[in-house]
Amino acid sequence: MATSSTSPAPPAPSSHAVAEAPPRRRRRRLARFMRNRAAVAGAIIVLIVIAAALLAPWLSPYDPVQASFLSVREAPSAAHWFGTDELGRDVFTRLLWGARASLLAGVVSVGIAVVLGVPLGLAAGYFGGFVDAVVSRIADALLSIPFLILAIALAAFLGPSLTNAMAAIGISAMPRFVRLTRGQAISVKAEEYVEGARAIGLGDYRIIVRYVFPNVLPPIIVQASLTVATAIIAEASLSFLGLGQLPPAPSWGSMLNTAKDFVSQAPWMSVFPGVAIFFAVLGFNLLGDGLRDALDPREA
Amino acid sequence: MLRIVANRLIVAVPTLILVSMLIFGLQKLLPGDPVLAMAGEDQDAQVIATLRAKYHLDEPVPVQYALWVRDVAHGDLGTSLRTDVPVASLIAEKLPVTLQLAVMAMIFALGIGIPAGIVSAAYRGTALDYGANVIALSGMSIPNFWLGIMLIFIVSVRWHLLPSSGYVPPTEHFWLSIKTMLMPAFVLGAALGAQLMRHTRSAMLSVLRADYIRTARAKGLLRGAVIVRHAFRNALIPIVTVLALLFGELLAGAVLTEQVFTIPGFGKLVVDAVFNRDYAVVQGVVLVTALSFIIVNLVSDVLYIVLNPRLRRS
Repeated sequence: MATSSTSPAPPAPSSHAVAEAPPRRRRRRLARFMRNRAAVAGAIIVLIVIAAALLAPWLSPYDPVQASFLSVREAPSAAHWFGTDELGRDVFTRLLWGARASLLAGVVSVGIAVVLGVPLGLAAGYFGGFVDAVVSRIADALLSIPFLILAIALAAFLGPSLTNAMAAIGISAMPRFVRLTRGQAISVKAEEYVEGARAIGLGDYRIIVRYVFPNVLPPIIVQASLTVATAIIAEASLSFLGLGQLPPAPSWGSMLNTAKDFVSQAPWMSVFPGVAIFFAVLGFNLLGDGLRDALDPREA
Repeated sequence: MLRIVANRLIVAVPTLILVSMLIFGLQKLLPGDPVLAMAGEDQDAQVIATLRAKYHLDEPVPVQYALWVRDVAHGDLGTSLRTDVPVASLIAEKLPVTLQLAVMAMIFALGIGIPAGIVSAAYRGTALDYGANVIALSGMSIPNFWLGIMLIFIVSVRWHLLPSSGYVPPTEHFWLSIKTMLMPAFVLGAALGAQLMRHTRSAMLSVLRADYIRTARAKGLLRGAVIVRHAFRNALIPIVTVLALLFGELLAGAVLTEQVFTIPGFGKLVVDAVFNRDYAVVQGVVLVTALSFIIVNLVSDVLYIVLNPRLRRS
């Protein structure tokens, strides 16, 4: 700390290159992303889901929760594009509001996983030794319980709610980020610019924040995008089992939970929430794949 | 080689201890007091005290953990608070059902995923490759419980081809058992097949770039022979690891599939236990799941070494 405040650190040659390259590299990555039609399609789908979630109060023609017993299980029509459910609620309206639960679950749970997992992975990879052994064993233990089983167990023990489902999904996804960040940090810490930073006396904290973290970030962004897709399915699965968003609040998973009992009388109740989950997950998967191609670390 | 295997086993021990602590610790997160729920409406103090003593809930937490580990090591996973049946017996009763589902799902996954991955890699950049990729990505993005609901609607309700739910043991009526399990197994296997296809494709692509493949082609070997005899055999090594990792998804997917098709297996047991606050059963199921996942991954690590001549020699 003292070293850096008294004498501004002259960047090591390769870190100089790192400092100069980003704008050009960023443009090249963006151009590569824009050339990938599947990735652009994914980004558009994700933007549509975000718009649906944000604009739900203005876009939805009906109330998402209010029952209407005069229009129970009506087939799709001009008045109700996607039909109505067993309580006469407009399925299209509930889908728009349900996008909020799905998106929130995806983003918040991945946020929890990143905030917990990345620092632990950085510490394990950078310091090695005992810290690495402890963090890696905890990650191994969490990884040995399948993602959804751990989320089901946590949601069950914490009680069913969207908040608990998000926490459960976030904790379950955390070890993936620990492992990924640890692996990246191990390879980055052997780079010359990290050795250079150490040679000029920079402290571990500064080296991690200034040199290691920015270089492990691209694969974390890719993993985050792909994990949002997994988290959306996980939230829908937990809500389908009755362990996520609770009725009457709309969620795509809980809509399917109810709809499965009416599949022969009102198939539209099942079709549209499933299609919505499919497109949202597909969008994040395509986006993640596209980001991986664009941010390919071999290119750096 | 033996040293590498021994090393893997040693690393698995602290993981097992941590998993057991985690699973034991889960019950401490429980909302409400299960003993009060068991004691019924009377809430008789004598009954509550007896129940607490019976389940060691009156002991300090570390003692409870030590007692639990001792019991687990003896095959005693506790007793269902709901039915008073030993958890181990409940699991032993439900496990064959889930195993049948898992094996049939794996047959679908391997039967679809591996050939599709090989063809996709062999015809890289063609319409066939593009189509296989689109189908794989779609398979990964479809929630399997929704696919199940849709198949029930189309295949069972509309076409009356297959039963929509239930379970028939193969010992009772073999063909009916297979017929009942066909749709759930396809639903569970489809997503795994999609992932397997992507992994097989990428493993094949990296092998197909190798020098020995070019040599094999230069020797005049037929394209099919090169792909199957040389490329696939080497691509199989990373696929074995992926298969072990997919085992976890298979178990998790079984929970949802069993729920959709009302199959009385392992997954249905855990979901019912969650709603009945039968935490001994939840703990037992999570423990057995984690144990089997650790064992499967250990086996895959050993297989990885056995299949890879370079590691075997070291």
